[in-house]
Amino acid sequence: MTFDALAIRKDFPIFQRTIRDGKRLVYLDSGATSQKPEVVIAAESDFYRLHNAAVHRGAHQLAEEATDIYEGARETVARFINASIDEVVFTKSATESLNLVAYAIGNALPGNRFHLKEGDGIVVTEMEHHANLIPWQQLAARTGATLSWFEVTPEGRLDLSNIDAVITEKTKVVALTHQSNVLGTINPLSAIVKRAHEVGAVVILDACQSVPHMKVDVKELDIDFLAFSGHKAVGPTGIGVFWGKAELLAELPPFLTGGSMIETVTMTGATWAPAPKKFEAGVPNMAQAAGLGAALNYLTAIGIENIHRHEIALTTHLLAKLSEVKGLAIVGPKDMQDRGGSISFTFGDIHPHDLGQFLDSQGIAVRTGHHCAWPLNRKMGVVATTRASLYLYNTEEDCDALIAGILDAQKYFGR
Amino acid sequence: MMQLDNLYQEVILDHYKNPQNKALASDNDAQVHHVNPSCGDEVTLGVKLDGEKVASINWEGVGCSISQASTSIMSDLLTGKSLKEATAISEEFLQLMQSKGGIEGNPDVLEDAVALSGVSKYPARIKCALLGWMAFKDASVQAHSKEEK
Repeated sequence: MTFDALAIRKDFPIFQRTIRDGKRLVYLDSGATSQKPEVVIAAESDFYRLHNAAVHRGAHQLAEEATDIYEGARETVARFINASIDEVVFTKSATESLNLVAYAIGNALPGNRFHLKEGDGIVVTEMEHHANLIPWQQLAARTGATLSWFEVTPEGRLDLSNIDAVITEKTKVVALTHQSNVLGTINPLSAIVKRAHEVGAVVILDACQSVPHMKVDVKELDIDFLAFSGHKAVGPTGIGVFWGKAELLAELPPFLTGGSMIETVTMTGATWAPAPKKFEAGVPNMAQAAGLGAALNYLTAIGIENIHRHEIALTTHLLAKLSEVKGLAIVGPKDMQDRGGSISFTFGDIHPHDLGQFLDSQGIAVRTGHHCAWPLNRKMGVVATTRASLYLYNTEEDCDALIAGILDAQKYFGR
Repeated sequence: MMQLDNLYQEVILDHYKNPQNKALASDNDAQVHHVNPSCGDEVTLGVKLDGEKVASINWEGVGCSISQASTSIMSDLLTGKSLKEATAISEEFLQLMQSKGGIEGNPDVLEDAVALSGVSKYPARIKCALLGWMAFKDASVQAHSKEEK
């Protein structure tokens, strides 16, 4: 089957609308959130229209149907990342997933393998999104553990030259992003995972920018925990995934406590249900889980490898075009080696906010600012960047519209 | 392009290219640092008072044309005014920004700052336009309370 982005666009109702007085929507902000195909919108609304009931409770048909849909979505997620069903925990967002694991580790008492104390180490990288940085800063502050990090090279790659000095015998947690939301860099996991496991540390992967765009197989990567959000993978907002190896989820203490996550309760204490329920207190975001299931099935029907190939081709095209624009500087890898479809750049004296505003007037949606990665911006020596991020529904026409918009912005602000 | 032209009026681009009072003084009565956390725009702003009068507003900053021009315009406009006048003008500017395009702004009071009226139609940019003004408010209150001691 040949990949047909124009046919795919027809699946997404939003592309029927226009922007700023009739302009064609050129959506280059999928790194922030993706658009939704009709099947996802339908799955979410059908849940409310036809099947709405609280899952795992109630002795009635609707509760049965709701539970089937919710657990079916879990099965879909598990298949998508090659995990076991009971290893897949639904959260409200990837941010919650990362906070869940950070707080759960913080809850571990002495004797638990996750227990952290003064002198233990937590390792992150300089290219983390705030969502995979601040939870670890906070955990370090609460436990007395030491936070350290891999630096980023001027080319936008992780500097692993001192890997044995960064990940040491004291390291208990290594948390990093699979693909930088700013630079587009895809990080070399195997060396990091190998070193982390050598010293007995767990590897926590922020896969927000990878799971929607390429085949992510948790067994093949041999990581320990993973987080991603539904809304960046053509799914609804309000649903995220936290995945962990079964034996680790068994030992990890809960984060949120309450209904659904218990086995027995007395007036003085409680015991926990096994994972994934142990980590899903309260009535979950059921309609959103249904939507996520539909989203991942949609991506699977197209083929995640096909999507990845399409994005690589588009990114290659856009990088080449951008590099021809005088005064434009790519912030991140300039070649396609281990690189995804997020391209950040600066453009002469035109501030990213002003460039973004001009592009918006042309119907082109980009992200501007520090992209929730302030330390990385400082490291790369930029105050802010403009970011174009590509997905399955983008075309060469979109990329060329961006280039034309950038050149027109130069004329506009140069007046 | 009409609406965008309304946002990026010549006055704004002029102030962006040639910002006024953009050099921090060392003898300010108060100096503050404000950021716009959603985009990383930053301004460091100092105020000198002469009794109840704003003797100097000086600043340094990085950011978009709207935040930089607005700070520049504000520093020109409020210098030499009494604190009471400066507060009243700031209040009128804030109303203009929150008007969603509903009011044009009084040029007798706001002078060059009326050029920023187009910002009020772009909700994401209002914070940019207010960055310097909020910094002035903060710094002038600090400077004034210091003077009263």
